Amino acid sequence: MPLNQDISLEYRTILEWVRPESVVLDLGCGDGELLSQLVQAKNVRGQGIEIDEQAIYQCVAKGISVFHEDIDNGLPEYGDKSFDYVILSQSFQQVRKPDEVLKEALRVGRQVIISFPNFSHYSARYHISIKGKAPVTLSLPYEWYDTPNTHFLSISDFIQYCRKRNIQIEKAVYIENDRPIRILPNLFASVGLFLITKEQGGKHTSGK
Amino acid sequence: MTPTNPSPSVDSDIKQGSRRNPEVSKQTSSVGSIETQYIEFAHYPDEFILENGDKLGPITVAYETYGKLNPQRTNAILLLHALSGDAHAAGFHKGDEKPGWWDEMIGPGKGFDTDKYFVICSNVLGGCKGTTGPSSINPKTGKHYGFDFPVISISDMVKVQKHLIDHLKIDQLLSVAGGSMGGMQALEWIAAYPDKVKSAMVIASATRHSPQQIAFNEVGRQAIMADPHWRGGHYYGGHLPAKGLSVARMIGHITYMSETSMAEKFGRRHGQNGKPHKFSNGFEVEEYLHNRGDNFIKRFDPNTYLYITKAIDTFDVSRGKPLYDVFKGIKTKILVIAFKSDWLYPASQSREIVRACKVAGIDTTYCEVDSTYGHDAFLLEVEEETHLVKHFLRKASA
Repeated sequence: MPLNQDISLEYRTILEWVRPESVVLDLGCGDGELLSQLVQAKNVRGQGIEIDEQAIYQCVAKGISVFHEDIDNGLPEYGDKSFDYVILSQSFQQVRKPDEVLKEALRVGRQVIISFPNFSHYSARYHISIKGKAPVTLSLPYEWYDTPNTHFLSISDFIQYCRKRNIQIEKAVYIENDRPIRILPNLFASVGLFLITKEQGGKHTSGK
Repeated sequence: MTPTNPSPSVDSDIKQGSRRNPEVSKQTSSVGSIETQYIEFAHYPDEFILENGDKLGPITVAYETYGKLNPQRTNAILLLHALSGDAHAAGFHKGDEKPGWWDEMIGPGKGFDTDKYFVICSNVLGGCKGTTGPSSINPKTGKHYGFDFPVISISDMVKVQKHLIDHLKIDQLLSVAGGSMGGMQALEWIAAYPDKVKSAMVIASATRHSPQQIAFNEVGRQAIMADPHWRGGHYYGGHLPAKGLSVARMIGHITYMSETSMAEKFGRRHGQNGKPHKFSNGFEVEEYLHNRGDNFIKRFDPNTYLYITKAIDTFDVSRGKPLYDVFKGIKTKILVIAFKSDWLYPASQSREIVRACKVAGIDTTYCEVDSTYGHDAFLLEVEEETHLVKHFLRKASA
């Protein structure tokens, strides 16, 4: 199936990255749209985890298998490398313990695909430094008193974090207005999208 | 053997508060007039061997079917009823005004769409609505079995259902589905006959009873056995232990509701027919419980209550192993549904099933419906269940 031009650059990139017939876990899969496209385009075996009840009904209507639960508690049962890919598409900044969740995602998945809104985008910087207000931007559309986001990080923060945790960034795409950003992404990209892995150095912890 | 007490459907009173499914038009969606059918098997000397080693035979199974079996025989769904249910899941018996116990879910265009699927429901072994149970006649004595009826298990119920499915020449069921005790049977189907079930729906259920759940059942059983009319289970032909069964049913109804649903349904209002006396205030909730309890004897056998609650309490699908070992290698697709306000079968028990499915790598969907109806929700949240069941079955059929 040809990749649809109408879908976002983020989804198109993920669809390119994921190998056909692979096994995919989507953490915070929302209405199941990404998994549904992965099933159609790449014939993956997909499983979602999602906390919102209405989103569960939408997943089920698309034929997506989904667990109604919190990402923060969703992974301990899975054995190491149970999935080819674990996806955290715009859900990473919403979990309670991102460090724990990513560690678990890298344990149960061979590779992790992760995206998040870039908190140091120039429009966010403008909100903070000039207006003196918490940023409300295209990729961070929520008011401070009503936001699902619990952690705010920049593209640079994430790259530095990966270095600190010995996580390899295999691919990265920086996105602004559905176009790729190649120059100064930490300033001009509103979303960072990464394909990461972790070599565990033979130290495998059991998932059961 | 025929049902001794043909009577209105299960918990029709509760259903008045149920949410209608807007997608379905009431007039056109009934399966219409339905008759219960019967098969008989396990005649001497080929009697049925129960899980505990006892023999039982012959066995009559009461069942109903809705919709048509396709020529490939691949569209059959077996529905599994709860404690007080029966084979009459949908449509109307002649002369009845009330339809079967899950009528809102079964019919053309409904969750279990009878335009697409062949839906089967049978009364469980040990029941009192047409399938052999303690109120049936023991061929050896010519009298009701009573307390001479052997102890049965959920696994025995499922084996009897398997016999019915074989009789109907169905090699593999598209799905098995049930709530509460019905969910336990669905789990037992997956564990015992994984190749015979393409998919399974486990609703408001558990892999095994917790001490709290056993405790409530034990109080119910003690209430029945404390009734002087129970007479060691041999009360047939005389006074029935109606008060004992009534108290058991009252306890049951308390556990089926939530604090919120009780507050919404009754508040502290006084009923119309309440007869206040020194220790009863005529509160609506009291009247409701008396009513539900007193009417239960008209359609349910006290001994069946004892046998079936015992079967529920002793059930443990894990068979002493980690549950994921039982589920390992199973290809059955599973849908697990729990309800947030259900404290009798709390969502944590459904999540236990889900955890095992994760480890075993089973294709599973889990939904925790935000309902205030408590355990009754599995009969009442028709809109949500219709959506989940309909799409799950479409996926299972693919």
